[in-house]
Amino acid sequence: MSPEIIGGIYIVTAAMFIYGLKRLGSPATAVGGNLISSVAMLIAVIVTMLSQQIVDYRWIAVAAVLGSIVGAVAARRVAMTGMPEMVALFNGSGGIASLLVGWAALYTANGEFGISSPFTLATIVLSILIGGITFTGSLVAWAKLAEKLGSGSGAFAGQRYVTLLLLAITIVCSVMIVASPAWTSPLIYVVIGLSLALGVFAVIPIGGADMPVVISLLNSYSGLAACAAGFAINNTILIVAGALVGAAGIILTNIMCRAMNRSLTNVLFSGFATSGPATKVEGEVKPITPDDAYLILEAASSVVMVPGYGMAVAQAQHVVRELGELLEANGAEVAYAIHPVAGRMPGHMNVLLAEANVPYDQLVEMDDINRRIETVDVAIVIGANDVVNPAAREDTNSPIYGMPIINVDHARTVFVLKRSMASGFSGVENPLFFGQNTRMLFGDAKASLAAVIAEFKS
Amino acid sequence: MDMVYLGFILMLSVFLGFELISKVPATLHTPLMSGANAISGITVVGAILAAGADLGSWATGLGALAVFFAMINVVGGYMVTDRMLSMFKKKDNSPKEKS
Repeated sequence: MSPEIIGGIYIVTAAMFIYGLKRLGSPATAVGGNLISSVAMLIAVIVTMLSQQIVDYRWIAVAAVLGSIVGAVAARRVAMTGMPEMVALFNGSGGIASLLVGWAALYTANGEFGISSPFTLATIVLSILIGGITFTGSLVAWAKLAEKLGSGSGAFAGQRYVTLLLLAITIVCSVMIVASPAWTSPLIYVVIGLSLALGVFAVIPIGGADMPVVISLLNSYSGLAACAAGFAINNTILIVAGALVGAAGIILTNIMCRAMNRSLTNVLFSGFATSGPATKVEGEVKPITPDDAYLILEAASSVVMVPGYGMAVAQAQHVVRELGELLEANGAEVAYAIHPVAGRMPGHMNVLLAEANVPYDQLVEMDDINRRIETVDVAIVIGANDVVNPAAREDTNSPIYGMPIINVDHARTVFVLKRSMASGFSGVENPLFFGQNTRMLFGDAKASLAAVIAEFKS
Repeated sequence: MDMVYLGFILMLSVFLGFELISKVPATLHTPLMSGANAISGITVVGAILAAGADLGSWATGLGALAVFFAMINVVGGYMVTDRMLSMFKKKDNSPKEKS
């Protein structure tokens, strides 16, 4: 196929990617949108294979088949609760692929066509750098999410300076490569090594509670890496698709930062741990048994469930839905209020509830529920801490002060399902637990809810 | 000239990306991210060119490895996104109904 025809087909696939992304914007059309996008990918791959540049298919075939099998098996096997880890790993594999493409492009440039232009070299170095950071950054994010690494901040004293120093060395090396390509071969290994190290150093100081932001940012990087690789090999479809993903990731990152009332630099460079001591919370905790909880719920005419990561850990999404249905059958209005950063990934809770067959029109966003929270009879907090912590509203000393929360403490009654009085992921004390209208339902969320459901059924 | 033309494409794509995503409801952020992630696997096109264009054994090897990783991202990413999205249902809709 001639380059003109291939270019034409690339334009069609770009349009399909754009249309697919657009349709991903609404639950009703999203499945179709994803399908369009995947067909576009298939077309792009097939057309590329038909290019006159390709003379040997053996390695492509072997690698593509193996990669597809690994991806397909992983995608089928992963539990919905493990989705953030899975996405982090896929993201990392995209990053390393871009690094390798950049690296290979260097051989293309120097082996076959002589020393390439400084512009091409710069984009090659860029795709290696971003790809490497995405790869190791995603691996660290995965390790934190899967709790292979402590979810807290892994920073050591002066770590920021080490990172900055590494970054400076990387930039110097990159400039040297671009300025005098003859030095290419040894220095390129330095840049590869440093990019991998930078990914680790950039993500390790970030606490687990900020992982949604990090995953989203790394997602953006993987797009930018593909985009840079596109510049390196002069391929438009890589540039367009990569830039789309890069921009999409930045927007999502920004939305999440706003949801926590923090800036991106704040997330990247300071953990929750660095802030001063919060006001000590004092008061009486009022525990409640499932029997009493049932009596209150039976009389309630509006109930709001507020899920958090604890629901995912307890795998409680199915009992949550069951309780919701029983309450509805009992005449109560049921909604599920979801904080933008609940869980380990933006929208993670939505996916879990969808898995349990909760209709998506019952899922409400934070702002909508806060507008009518005073009229809610019972708010049930299921394994969520920080996203309902009133200290974020009231206590200027609190590390999470200023973060918008779901104001469950304004509901008539609040049930908090919790295993113990331990503080949440950010390690911040929660005055909600001591509130006048708060009842603590201690124990595993799944078991507690099952007990309430049993009461309903008897 | 090439640089300018590619730069234009980049700028327009970035604006398009912003426009496409800024109105998406929070409900869909996870599938959206994973779907976008799968698109970033487009780097597979570059990997195929590197692996198949006979540029010496190093480039072929690197390209093949890149094809492997990019395919994990593409196939896994699309499948996992589809799995998530097919769970999102409206009330009273039959599970088969998709649009």
